[in-house]
Amino acid sequence: MEVYFQLAYLIGAICFILGLRGLSDPKSARKGNIIAALGMGIAVVASLFYPLEGDVVPNNYGWIAGAILVGSAIGFLSAIRVQMTAMPQLISIFNGLGGGSAMFLALIEFLNLDPAQSSSTLLPVIILFTIFVGSISFSGSILAYLKLDGKVNDKQVVLPNHQYINIFLMLFSIAFVVFTYFVPSPVTIIISVIICLIYGFSFVAPIGGADMPVVISLLNSVTGISAAAAGFIYDNQIMILGGVLVGAAGTILTILMCEAMNRSLINVIIGGFTASGDAAGDQGDQTVISLSPMDAAILLKYSSKVMMVPGYGMAVAQAQKQTKELDDFLAKNDVEVVYGIHPVAGRMPGHMNVLLAEVDISYDKLCDLEESNNHLSDTDVVLVVGANDVVNPSAIDDPGSSIYGMPVIEVWRAKQVIVFKRSMNPGYAGIQNPLFFKGNTKMLFGDATDSLKKIMEEIKTL
Amino acid sequence: MLEFFNENMLSIYLLIFTVFLGFELISKVPTVLHTPLMSGANAISGIVMVGSIIFLRLTDPGDYVSLTIGLIAMIMAVINIVGGFAVTNRMLSMFKKKKN
Repeated sequence: MEVYFQLAYLIGAICFILGLRGLSDPKSARKGNIIAALGMGIAVVASLFYPLEGDVVPNNYGWIAGAILVGSAIGFLSAIRVQMTAMPQLISIFNGLGGGSAMFLALIEFLNLDPAQSSSTLLPVIILFTIFVGSISFSGSILAYLKLDGKVNDKQVVLPNHQYINIFLMLFSIAFVVFTYFVPSPVTIIISVIICLIYGFSFVAPIGGADMPVVISLLNSVTGISAAAAGFIYDNQIMILGGVLVGAAGTILTILMCEAMNRSLINVIIGGFTASGDAAGDQGDQTVISLSPMDAAILLKYSSKVMMVPGYGMAVAQAQKQTKELDDFLAKNDVEVVYGIHPVAGRMPGHMNVLLAEVDISYDKLCDLEESNNHLSDTDVVLVVGANDVVNPSAIDDPGSSIYGMPVIEVWRAKQVIVFKRSMNPGYAGIQNPLFFKGNTKMLFGDATDSLKKIMEEIKTL
Repeated sequence: MLEFFNENMLSIYLLIFTVFLGFELISKVPTVLHTPLMSGANAISGIVMVGSIIFLRLTDPGDYVSLTIGLIAMIMAVINIVGGFAVTNRMLSMFKKKKN
């Protein structure tokens, strides 16, 4: 009898593998997601009826049904209702819930441990490890959610010498978890959970700005590891496989993001961007040239190639619809429009692609970093829509800058650059952007959506 | 310690092979798919729900502390799974539209 359920798990595991493979190619991505979901369905149904050991299995199907109903309703409604611009926050919170689930499960397993039985096995070690990893994912993702949603500002949560505090907290939480292993009691385990939660929170605190995509995918990986660890508690192969797959995929994505910024993971974790605000540089006596929507409209109308460089600001201003309108108008007037997408533009991996896809901008117009830089020499106008750090020339020519060495879109090589910006406040990390002071750069102050609307009005009258 | 390895050898093999498999599967992903891939993988990490099902099924119906914590864990995992797959599907349907 049991073998049928084991076979069901096996099929579920194969679905996960095929699904993940499908998700890594645009042609099969949607099918891949459905296959992975199917695998999950099979695994869940198999677990519901799996013949468990024991004379009388209580089953508690009422509780289970309640959890499935409540969870599905919340999950489904929030997925359907969310604005595309709020996607990073939502994914972050979903991810945290996965980690939190592993944490709670491990916590109650620990409280229910039979001391006589557990001393001889590694079970308590696995449980404590699950608690450690799960709590970091849980509280870390919650802070990431709060930051992405603008509820918490980076500066509010960063303490002086935060990297040392983090190292201390990490060692302290590990030490306390080890202590709990030797002195297991409800009090020590609950203190352990609290300390691990604090560490997770503090771990994410100094990471912000352009580093956000890295930390989001890193937390994703941590949640995978916590699910895999929980799999060892129940000696359940599909949990191990699913968790490890996610852990590995998240790690790869994290590495890709770090490579895109030409920085090491350690550097990101320490919080390079926010920790060194001293690179602001003195731009005091330099002047910027501003231009009116009318001037911008003229420039755009009479150019032959235009590149848009979107950034997080586009998401905030919800300017993607106006971008599309302008794109359509220019295309009708035989102006070639391309998009320069920096790998870490926005707040999660691939953020800009999702926003532009939402308004039906064809993805063959989207150029990656290298392609964008190749396009620039014959581009007439670059429109920087809410991007800042990813078009900062300091990354190339100022060794003192905290983003020095990061590959950027070298927009200043185009004939003209128009930057949409609310004010002259420096970007997210307090890094000044010398691009604004270059001779061929003009600033269009105001909300990006409004500016684009005004340009549209003007350009139609030309 | 050694006993643990002895009892779990197959699971440990599974762990190690899956790490390599995961790296192989995701090594070349175009930027367009970074977000959907991440959120799809995120949904898969909700597999911890299986653990919560097993836990709840084995819990004594009178033990309300365990039932409640198990219930919370399970609700969290279900939100992760359902929300994760739904949001990924929603994003990917936008990509699909453009191909025509």
